[in-house]
Amino acid sequence: MSISIPQELLSKIHAHSELAFPDEGAGFLFGTDNPARSVSAIYELPNAREDSARYNRYLITPQDYLKCELEAERLGLEVVGVFHSHPNSPNLASEYDRDWAQPFFSYIITSVYAAKAVESRCWRLSEDRTRFIEEPIV
Amino acid sequence: MTTIRIPTPLRAYTSGQIEVPVNGPTVSDAIMELTARHPAIKPHILQDDGQLRPFVNLFKGEENINNLQGLLTPLAEADKLLLIPSIAGG
Repeated sequence: MSISIPQELLSKIHAHSELAFPDEGAGFLFGTDNPARSVSAIYELPNAREDSARYNRYLITPQDYLKCELEAERLGLEVVGVFHSHPNSPNLASEYDRDWAQPFFSYIITSVYAAKAVESRCWRLSEDRTRFIEEPIV
Repeated sequence: MTTIRIPTPLRAYTSGQIEVPVNGPTVSDAIMELTARHPAIKPHILQDDGQLRPFVNLFKGEENINNLQGLLTPLAEADKLLLIPSIAGG
């Protein structure tokens, strides 16, 4: 199990994460699972959490979710995951991330320190919802 | 017949169906029917106590059922119920 993403898109995710700093930034990964999971577009979104919580929380509204799902379908793609940043924190999935995680989705997390994106790692929820399993980015 | 739109991450549990037809007269009945017909979806939308998981939003057309009668919101034959996750983390 791995996920491929072009360097250009990963750079866009890093740029979005740096722009959002010191808050968390987030958006969707559009792509396909055929023949293996790959990302071919990203969709940047505003962090809908209240101002005081954005430094360690992100939220994408159901309205934005539906808009993106329909846009992915229009492009002949699927929403295959979510990206978000961890300002001043490692790129490990948190318990809060797990509580709110969807099955099937790949979760790319980017650590950002001093407004510079450092590294991204990707995680997927286990079927029993008890843990995240790392999905190598290739 | 009412239909429930299934979001992408949960379609693996409905054999890939984007819309699942249900007969329930209320939203609660519709969710019960969905989880009875597709049991593997249940842990991803309901907590152990049977309540909806916090990230599950249900819209009747364009209206969140929380602004209607919640799970007791009645469903008519032509209604479309949208199951839409809030995407969140930290």
